[in-house]
Amino acid sequence: MSDTNLTSVTSASVDEHSMEEVRKHVRTYLIVGVALMCGTVLTVWASLIHFDSRAMNIALALLIASTKGFLVAGFFMHLISEKKMIYSVLAFTVFFFAALMILTLWSMGHDSIIQIR
Amino acid sequence: MEIPYAVKPRPDTGLYNAKLGIWLFLASEVMLFGALFSSYILLRVNAEEGTWPHHWLNIWLGMTNTFVLILSSVTVVLGWAALKMNQFKRYKLYQGITILCALVFLCIKSFEYRDKFMHYEVHLKDGRIADGHKQPESTDKVLVLEGRYVASHAELMEGEVHHEAEPRIEIPRDQIASMENYGPWHNTYTAIYFTLTGLHALHVIGGAIVIFAIWGPLAKVWEQDPERYTNRVEVSGLFWHFVDLVWIFLFPVLYLL
Repeated sequence: MSDTNLTSVTSASVDEHSMEEVRKHVRTYLIVGVALMCGTVLTVWASLIHFDSRAMNIALALLIASTKGFLVAGFFMHLISEKKMIYSVLAFTVFFFAALMILTLWSMGHDSIIQIR
Repeated sequence: MEIPYAVKPRPDTGLYNAKLGIWLFLASEVMLFGALFSSYILLRVNAEEGTWPHHWLNIWLGMTNTFVLILSSVTVVLGWAALKMNQFKRYKLYQGITILCALVFLCIKSFEYRDKFMHYEVHLKDGRIADGHKQPESTDKVLVLEGRYVASHAELMEGEVHHEAEPRIEIPRDQIASMENYGPWHNTYTAIYFTLTGLHALHVIGGAIVIFAIWGPLAKVWEQDPERYTNRVEVSGLFWHFVDLVWIFLFPVLYLL
């Protein structure tokens, strides 16, 4: 959570400018929280829509979940303004996670995913 | 001897050590859950038609738990922001709510697990299949279920949600060929469901214990070294957000699809 604007704020010496910065972030956290709640309702609603293929439902659910995941990681975990070292660590993670998923899907073939029941 | 870089950032990484440590740990956690998610995808996509269950879980309970975890994530980050603003009492309030949310989540999960362990699929010797929840009136001679008879095993896979009270059926034990509850051993769906949600619940328990320890017994550190205390809250908060992140994917995958 080392947002660049917040790292300089120490609990011992909190100046007014820094307090205002934190207050702004608090507003952002509340907005993100509400967005996550709305996203949850949207996920349930989208699951009730009957598309021709169940793969469409899955794609839509994962799209909404990914958006919610971005909000949590980006704002609550402050990944949108982190240090380079953390991005380096996560770049490896993303690479290996993506490889794991791509290999899994590749092993099953394209048709089996489209025809998911 | 003082541990270096417990508060101040290291010049080469720009981070204090615990923060780099938690991110490395979370990276390994991503791969752990990633492996289980890929297992789920393999099982789900390769399931024969009519063999993968739908609507076996209560969507509203899952949705409530999602709201509870989102609320807890908000209170965690608000608690940390309160410390940054030197508002210790407000931090205590927010993290108290977080701990309460963790307990509510675990209570709801326990209720869901209990429901599955009380739910039985019973094959009778005459070929009929009964499905329902075992009642306390069951004895050594008679099994009492609140449920229904189904035409075939496949009918159970589309498990429609029963809102109205189901009839009670009494089955003499000597007419039962086999019976099994909906525990992890029931089929591949319940196996992956219990594995994923069980591992996630262990993370919730672990996270809640750490947050409680910092909130309660270790709160005196705030008086001695406020920056160090705030860093501890930050690191535990990062773990808690990850737990929330995992649930955000578990909920649609297990409850809705």
